[in-house]
Amino acid sequence: MTMEWVNAIVQGTLLGGLYALFAAGLSLIFGVMRLVNIAHGDLIVMAAYLGLTVVSVLGIHPLLALVLVVPLMAGFGYVLQRAVLNRTLGDDLLPPLLVTFGLSVILQNGLLEVYSADPQKINAGVLETASVSVAGLSLGVLPLLTFAVALAVIWGLQWVFYHTALGRAFRAVSDNQDIAQLMGLNRRHIFGLAMALALGVTAIAGILLGIRTSFDPSIGGGRLIFGFEAVIIGGLGNLWGTLAGGVILGVAQTIGAKIDPGWQLLAGHIAFLVILAIRPNGLFPRISA
Amino acid sequence: MPEPLLQIAGLNAHYRDFQALYGLDMTVAAGEVLAIIGANGAGKTTFMRSISGLIANGSGQVKYQGRDISGLRADEVAALGIALVPEGRQLFRSLSVEENLIIGGQTGRKGPWNLAAVFALFPILKERRAVPATSLSGGQQQMVAIGRALMANPDLILFDEISLGLAPIIIRDIYAALPGIIGEGMSAMIVEQDISKALSVSDRLYCLQEGRISLEGASGAVSRADISRAYFGME
Amino acid sequence: MSAPVNKNRTHHVTRSSAAAQIAGAFGAIALIILIAAPWWAGSANLRLMGEVCLYLALASLWNFMAGYAGLVSVGQQAYVGFGGYLLFALTIFGGLPPLAAIAAAGALGALIAIPTALLIFRLRGAYFAIGTWVIAEVFRLSFAQMSSLGGGSGSSLPVNVVRSLAASKDGREFLSYWLALGAAVLVIAAVYFYLRSRNGLALTAIRDNELAAGSLGIDIWRMKFAVYVVTAALTSAVGALIFLQKLRISPDAAFSVNDWTAFVIFIVVIGGIGTIEGPIIGTLVFFLLRETLADLGTAYLIILGVVAIVVMLKAPKGLWGLIRARFSLNLFPLGYRVLRRPEKKGA
Repeated sequence: MTMEWVNAIVQGTLLGGLYALFAAGLSLIFGVMRLVNIAHGDLIVMAAYLGLTVVSVLGIHPLLALVLVVPLMAGFGYVLQRAVLNRTLGDDLLPPLLVTFGLSVILQNGLLEVYSADPQKINAGVLETASVSVAGLSLGVLPLLTFAVALAVIWGLQWVFYHTALGRAFRAVSDNQDIAQLMGLNRRHIFGLAMALALGVTAIAGILLGIRTSFDPSIGGGRLIFGFEAVIIGGLGNLWGTLAGGVILGVAQTIGAKIDPGWQLLAGHIAFLVILAIRPNGLFPRISA
Repeated sequence: MPEPLLQIAGLNAHYRDFQALYGLDMTVAAGEVLAIIGANGAGKTTFMRSISGLIANGSGQVKYQGRDISGLRADEVAALGIALVPEGRQLFRSLSVEENLIIGGQTGRKGPWNLAAVFALFPILKERRAVPATSLSGGQQQMVAIGRALMANPDLILFDEISLGLAPIIIRDIYAALPGIIGEGMSAMIVEQDISKALSVSDRLYCLQEGRISLEGASGAVSRADISRAYFGME
Repeated sequence: MSAPVNKNRTHHVTRSSAAAQIAGAFGAIALIILIAAPWWAGSANLRLMGEVCLYLALASLWNFMAGYAGLVSVGQQAYVGFGGYLLFALTIFGGLPPLAAIAAAGALGALIAIPTALLIFRLRGAYFAIGTWVIAEVFRLSFAQMSSLGGGSGSSLPVNVVRSLAASKDGREFLSYWLALGAAVLVIAAVYFYLRSRNGLALTAIRDNELAAGSLGIDIWRMKFAVYVVTAALTSAVGALIFLQKLRISPDAAFSVNDWTAFVIFIVVIGGIGTIEGPIIGTLVFFLLRETLADLGTAYLIILGVVAIVVMLKAPKGLWGLIRARFSLNLFPLGYRVLRRPEKKGA
């Protein structure tokens, strides 16, 4: 009995790794350019479909498909930022919000047009079912791998942010766009690179999502919300906090599902609202919105 | 006569919805130091932002090294060798002292200034290189802001309100350091409220009043009476 | 000492304009024609016109929040669905007549909006927007849990409830059209008169410069809170009306982000955000596009998304903004204008 609860918590923690991956791109973009991308969830789903296509056309393993999908998504991110999103940035909140909302509808219906509404899944062979036994718990290799990837991605993003010239440029532009421009940094280019990096991470999240569960073009909104909840629970501007936020969300969902299968998503949202009520700046805030 | 380093002709500029500069003409020769004085709201900061590309200008209004830079973005202007020490210092708060300096050298221009040279000029910064830049005192922050601009090895350096908000002793130190900085063959424009300080380090002076040049002359030749007339607009 | 009075004033301040007066007259005539629609429009057209009216009401409400109070919500489907479900619950279990249930849905919408606002007002700007979506999801999942209302698959409005509205099918269609028309007129009038009031001026001040408005002593939080709650109430009532027409409800239909938020946002953006005229024009354009392009299916939605993005980037004030810039028109006079008095000969 106790073991079942421990199992739920452990599975929820591992699920949190996936949510942290959803959230990392969102958090990065907000950190660098204060943009909240409503189409973020649809971009995750788009990456999953890209992975599906690469896997079925080339017949390679989905994890190998990352080699193609990550640069494709990154390139798409750079072009999207330079061609569309840079034009929306300014003091006014509405343009970025409404343009990314429009983008979300376009992506969703574009995917519907190309791939139909039928649920799809990326086939990863034995990876899907393989499990290891740890202290009496059966842990799926895929969830473990997802969690490890989340740790690696967040560590990597932290490293880029604090130990590279690109990260220095990200922070400088985030602090003061005009002055950064005076230093010879072209903020349009820097924003393009930030979006490229964010969508690279999104590509990883999308493929891991596609291996884990079936997906269809309509599920982007839900992924955006999970990522958003992880960001807010963890506290804005703190990537490790985002991981903690993802884990809290994942655990709340698996515990909710344990009580009643219909309660899985609701329990996650309620955990988010409770934290919003008692700690409006999240658990580990670093910057103010 | 050699081509001036910077030639400004008929410069108009807007601050928000208001026109702040009306047809300014100005030249800066290579190696020359100009003082720009004027009351609050005379258009000095808009002028600095306008030259450095933060405000777009009409075609042909700003020429630098014989090239029209009026339509260039600030990062492109910076790459050509114009650096600004902005009003209020405006350091990057999530960057350390050292990172603030390094990012100043982002343009990759060659010249005498590098991290070691800036640390030699302001030794205190070397001691505090790893701390967040905004945790320094006001004077030290101004040193970082100057060092950051120098790291770009500019041909023209713009100082906007260099002594604003600093203690007198700090201002004295910074002015003491200025000749060593500008002496490297750089041209400079110094926007300053303290007129005697501005006169002491400059070759020529321009006074702005309500967006127009109200006085121009060699720093040693203009009289106090001329300056107060040009400054306050009294006849 | 008396106040100085300049008897030779050459200018005066007014809200009215010839265009507004003409528009008012045309509006009154159009309204009479619209009220008489059951006698000149066919049943299918009447239903379409009812839908147009309801979308117009939703769009005006969303515009009121986003365009005037700066509260950009992508979760107004929470209140559309809430109102719809309350209509079903109150008529089926509460035995309320449908009209009373619609009013009650509005009141309860306001009631639930209060704690909701207290919570999500902690989120700023764009994060507020996504927060509203979370709330809508919570509503959807909660109603999907209620087995008495059909759970995830939903339920239909019982025949006796439908009959209680009016005995004949024609009577019901007429009534539901008039209710939709009434909702649109009521919402537009409410927004218009609110904006003309003292509170409306404060709201406009906040929109134009939040910092300055705050320093003038305007309680920004309370203003926005009031707008959120009032909008929630009216959106809930409109939601109840929508599902009175549909006669069937399910969580996915009731809390659809596409139907009740995406379309509404596109309407407002294309028509012109932050104006009363914008949603009216936007609704007409939206239905024109829908009726001509609906055969395209998903491509139609892609086109709509592209149009909205292009409008947002190229003409952020929408179609009405373009018209107004060209002709200097104001059909709903909100601002004051300084006009030169006509010169009097020999004065």
